[in-house]
Amino acid sequence: MERTWNNKAWFMVLPVLLLVAFSAIIPLMTVVNYSVQDTFGNNVFFWAGSEWFEEILHSDRFWEAMGRNLVFSAIILIIEIPLGIFIALNMPKKGWGVPVCLVLMALPLLIPWNVVGTIWQVFGRVDIGLLGYTLRALGFNYNYVNDPFDAWVTVIVMDVWHWTSLVVLLCYAGLVSIPDAYYQAAKIDGASRWAIFRYIQLPKMNRVLLIAVLLRFMDSFMIYTEPFVVTGGGPGNTTTFLSIDLVKLAIGEFNLGEAAAMSIVYFLIIMLLSWVFYTVMTAYDAER
Amino acid sequence: MSFSWMAWTWPTAAFFGTIFLLLCGMAVWEYASPGGNPRIGVLRFETTRGDRLFLSLLGSAFIHLAWLGLVGPNLWWALALSVVYAIGVFRYV
Repeated sequence: MERTWNNKAWFMVLPVLLLVAFSAIIPLMTVVNYSVQDTFGNNVFFWAGSEWFEEILHSDRFWEAMGRNLVFSAIILIIEIPLGIFIALNMPKKGWGVPVCLVLMALPLLIPWNVVGTIWQVFGRVDIGLLGYTLRALGFNYNYVNDPFDAWVTVIVMDVWHWTSLVVLLCYAGLVSIPDAYYQAAKIDGASRWAIFRYIQLPKMNRVLLIAVLLRFMDSFMIYTEPFVVTGGGPGNTTTFLSIDLVKLAIGEFNLGEAAAMSIVYFLIIMLLSWVFYTVMTAYDAER
Repeated sequence: MSFSWMAWTWPTAAFFGTIFLLLCGMAVWEYASPGGNPRIGVLRFETTRGDRLFLSLLGSAFIHLAWLGLVGPNLWWALALSVVYAIGVFRYV
């Protein structure tokens, strides 16, 4: 069949292009401009060249925050993806339970990030919080304000509570799109529960899982609000992730040049890792 | 309308100008030879010339960062290495 080329269709993407230009491209260009200059305010800038990038690349503070971010994202993906699949597999496919489960799953996603942080900040307090008080009563020496391990556990559990629903809903959408004929054929063949999952459900969920992994990786790698509200990056710097460090640098210390250089390195790393995830998963999908 | 808040300098303008010209060049290339020239190269998955440009630019950014972190602030050698890398990507990926 002859393909029709209608170049007028390009005009349809113009509004989006303008929106992206103002919300992403122009701010990004400004950040690049700031990253090679220094300022003391009043819109006066001095040329600094690659100095800020050198400073960032040789900064322990940056690499430690990067390490924390990578560990955090890895833990989040290891917990949320299998848990999301497990919950989606066990959700009802028909009947009154479907809307109930969907609403319950959607609830955490509807809560603003700073509110989630506040909820968990209060929830984890040992004097008035249900979680903190109960753990103390059970004999655990839990205190997310003083103990780095407890702070990490709180931030991770909070993220799991907030975002596993997204994985669940995406997987569930993939699961309900599988025609019944597949399950009937598997039943006739006497396939085990594992075989059904491995050869029918997992391949059908592959595309939504790709989106889930990408979204969860990018979101967790850019996490800011929830740990900032709960721990403020502490105790010490133990939950200071890159975005928290970036805000401290840019707003707290008004070091715009260094913060801009850090933003660019941070952005490049997110872009590289997202590309690797996307390529590996789509290549795997195409192979099958 | 003042754009002084964007703190433009000649080097950053040249940087974005180069990227803009590269994108224009890609558009002209696509017009002359539509379809994106998809092929399977050394990475063993299909790439179009847009993918190859993306890989070249992203790789070049990391080459410059690695040069800054490991060697020093003289980035001309990093630029030369990036050009060689980009040619390699367009030829073999």
